[in-house]
This record gives sequence, C-alpha cells and structure tokens, in this order.
Amino acid sequence: MKVLMKGNEALAEAAIRAGCHHFFGYPITPQTELAAYMSKRMPKIGGTYLQAESEIAAVNMVLGCSAAGLRAMTSSSSPGISLKGEGISYMAGSDLPALIINVQRGGPGLGGIQPSQSDYWQATKALGHGDFQILVFAPSTVQEMVDLVSDAFDTADKYRMPAMILADGMLGQMMEPVELPEEGAKAPVEKPWAACGHQGKRPHNIVNSLYLTPEKLESLVKERYQRYETVKATEQRAEEYLTEDADVIVVAYGASSRVSRSAVNKAREKGLKVGLVRPITLWPFPVDALKRAASHCKQMLVVEMSMGQMVDDVKLAIDCKVPVHFYGRTGGMIPTPAEVLAQLEQLCD
Amino acid sequence: MKNLNILLAGFGGQGVLFAGKVVAYAALIANKQLSWLPSYGPEMRGGTANCSVCVSDEAIGSPLVTNPNVLIAMNLPSFDKFINAVEPGGVVIVDSSLIDKKVERDDVTVYYVPSTALADENGVSGLSNMILVGKLFHEVCLKEGGDYQFCDADILDQAIQKCVPARKAQMLDFNRKAVALGANQ
Repeated sequence: MKVLMKGNEALAEAAIRAGCHHFFGYPITPQTELAAYMSKRMPKIGGTYLQAESEIAAVNMVLGCSAAGLRAMTSSSSPGISLKGEGISYMAGSDLPALIINVQRGGPGLGGIQPSQSDYWQATKALGHGDFQILVFAPSTVQEMVDLVSDAFDTADKYRMPAMILADGMLGQMMEPVELPEEGAKAPVEKPWAACGHQGKRPHNIVNSLYLTPEKLESLVKERYQRYETVKATEQRAEEYLTEDADVIVVAYGASSRVSRSAVNKAREKGLKVGLVRPITLWPFPVDALKRAASHCKQMLVVEMSMGQMVDDVKLAIDCKVPVHFYGRTGGMIPTPAEVLAQLEQLCD
Repeated sequence: MKNLNILLAGFGGQGVLFAGKVVAYAALIANKQLSWLPSYGPEMRGGTANCSVCVSDEAIGSPLVTNPNVLIAMNLPSFDKFINAVEPGGVVIVDSSLIDKKVERDDVTVYYVPSTALADENGVSGLSNMILVGKLFHEVCLKEGGDYQFCDADILDQAIQKCVPARKAQMLDFNRKAVALGANQ
C-alpha cells in the first residue's frame, strides 16, 4: 500500500524501519521536518530523539552511539553539515558506520534556503581533514530516498565507514507516493568491535582515531584505502536511461536528473538521440557506467544545481574521451527542462 | 491521460498547499504517478505561496511546474506572475472576488469563480480554496473524455477524507459542500 510522504519524513521513517532507533540533530531549513518526524516517532518505539545544543554536539553523539554498536544517524542542511565535518572525520578515522543526511541548500556561508547541489565537492572529497572517503548516495525520488536509507546503513556497516544521503531541498520538501519496508524486518548487525561492555568475557574494545606513531597511522590509513578499492569495485551504482543509441548523454544526479529526464524525453519527441546517465552513488563514482556511455556517445552534458562541481569527475571517469559540456544553475535556482532542452538542441545541431 | 501539471498560487493562509494535497491524494488513490512540491521559505500568512502538482501515467520528471496546463490563481500577484506561463490550450481558474482583472489571452480556457465571496455567502468561510478545487475537478480531473481525466467523484471524496485530519473531522462536510459549490459554478 503506497502512502504519500514528504521526502524529509520518508527519510526518517525509512531510517527507523532500517533499525535506526537513535537520532541526534539540530534544526535547519529545509530538513527540519526530518527531525520533527523523529521527535514524534522515536519516543513511541523506545528510541532516542535528541535535539543537541549544536550540530557539532549532535554528530559527536552519533559517534558515541555508533561506537557502542548501535545504528545512529544525524541530519542537517549545508551550513550544518560543514559543522559536522569534524565529527565525520573522527568517525572515518575510527572506522565507524553512521548515516548523515544532507538536504542541501544554496551556499556558501548561510547562503539561502532553496534547493542546491553545491555540496558535491564537500561530500565526495573534503568532508573533513585527513585521508578518507565516505559513501555518498544521491536519491532522485522519494521512493529512492526510502530505499537508499536502508542500503546506506547496510553498506556503512559492511565497510565500517560513514555514509551520506546527499539530497536537496526539492527532494526533502516534495511529496510522492512511497512503499515503505516492513517495520522490524531487519535483524541487528553483529558488531564484535563495538565498545558496549565486555562483562569480563573478552578483551575490551577501543574505538579511537588518535595514533601518535606514524608507522601505525600509515598502516591503518592504507588498510582503509584497500577497503575503499573494494567499495569502488563493487558498490558503484547508476541508472542508464535511453543511452544505447544516444549521441549526447546528460550526466545528472538527484533533483537536476529529474529536470534532465524531462528534457531528454522532450528531446526524444523531437527525434534527438539523447540519453541520461544518473549517478546513484557519487562516491564511489559510477565510472563503469560513464565509460560505457563514453564508448559510443559523441558528447556529454553535465547538468547540476552548482557551478559544475561534478564535471571533473566525469572527465576523469571517461579519460576525456568525448567533450564534456556543462549547464547549471546555482544559489537555489532550479534549471527548467526547457533550459536543458535548449542546451541539448544546440549540442545536437 | 495527458501529463497534468497544475500550479496553485495565492497568499499564505489561503490553503494553497492543502488544495494541492487534495489533488495529490486523488492521484494516489487513482494509482497515478504524482508529485506535490510546495514553495517554501518566508511564506507565512499573507506572503506568497504556491504549489506544483504533477499527475501522469509515467514517472514524473521535474516536479517544479513552470509552464502549467492548469493555473489556479488565488490572488492578483500570482495571477500577474503566472498568467503568461500557462501553456497554450491550458485552463485558468481565477478567484474573481479577489482578482478583478480579465485574462487577455485567447489561447486558454478561463473560469472566473468568485470563490472567496461564495465561501462567505454559503457558510464555508475560509474554504475558497476548496471551491476552486471543486471547479478544478469538475472541469479537468473528472471531465468525461477530457485529456486530463484521471479519477471519479468517489475518489475525490476519498481524497478529501484523507486530507481533513481526524481532529478536525467536523470540517469534512464543510469541505464537501465547498467542493460541490465549486463544481456547480
């Protein structure tokens, strides 16, 4: 039975159904409905909803909760995510799984509150100091938000690393029909590394990110990067839409991929051979799907709600095999299908 | 059905988002693809508020309606802002008690409904939005053989029941009355 939900609320309910009973947050537009939903639901299921004194406090509560072996999450929007960066780096350095949700708004600084995708670089390259990556999932529908929450928790547990859902104000605020998974369908994951009390039965576990011996720290970082190689080889995800015979392929994720899909459909009605590759994971970046696309298309067009933060990743993925163009709006502006269509018509000319 | 892209626009407090929700629920119950996207921001009572609703047989691309095939204009600033964005052949429903302008285009079908006055005269003050919803369903969503017909009167009633919260159950019949008023305009 499908229900109608806002993206923000669907993210919250999906997290609870994925076995996350501990939420720590701090309000910020346009993600506040997520925290508000948690504040109503968590007490009813015996979980924790805690509005912390700041974003930094909230992310460190997630760190502590995760270190104790529990599924934990936090959510915010762009400026708040910057504050959480320190804690995310500490979690990466402590090999802790967790879910961080970013419902992006325009930046930099306090920016605005309208939808944006200008935190791509932050999410995929520089969430905090140090050598590390986190998993980054980019849903484009409310249903996909629900599905990816569960996958993000599982993948984070599997590789012991933080995961992010990179959404935006449009996806957070809109309602669409969703089918939710059964409640309690997930068995808790065994976490033998967790610091949750050894009761004298085993050596105690330490969760830590401080290593003063450089040899030790280097070996830990290198081990982590081996894990990242496995992630890159096995966890890439993308949707390929009408790409097979396409001369021009649009690359777009999240909200801008929806605009692009509309533009591609309109272009097809006019007989233009265009398609869309929609990255679903931004890290690992879906290199394989893009290589496939570049092997037969003539040009690519990256469409983003930013100044073109994903362009370099596309060029690297395809070794600059075909020209990569860019069209974007920023600051909270959403491109229209007509704008993208005009770009496609120009490229097909 | 053809892809239906509705833009509802007015002041905050007029029930713009609620009206959009009724359409969204009707589409959900009718098993259609749909999206509902509110404007958000400093839209408190008296500010501008609008809401995009898309209904289709296929997956919805951009949920942001920039060129509606149905515009519901509930105040003058919204009317002025969006009237020229309506697709040729589209439908415009105007609250003519708050907007005394006439549409100058001849490529759209216009319905003038004095919904705010009608609501006041018929004991359903504040439900001007639902009178316009009634007109919308009568002329578009329920229209037998129309391009955008996607549900029936029973589904509309179920949608209204979904949207009126249980703690305001006494409002249900007022909403039904307002919808019926709109349909008969």
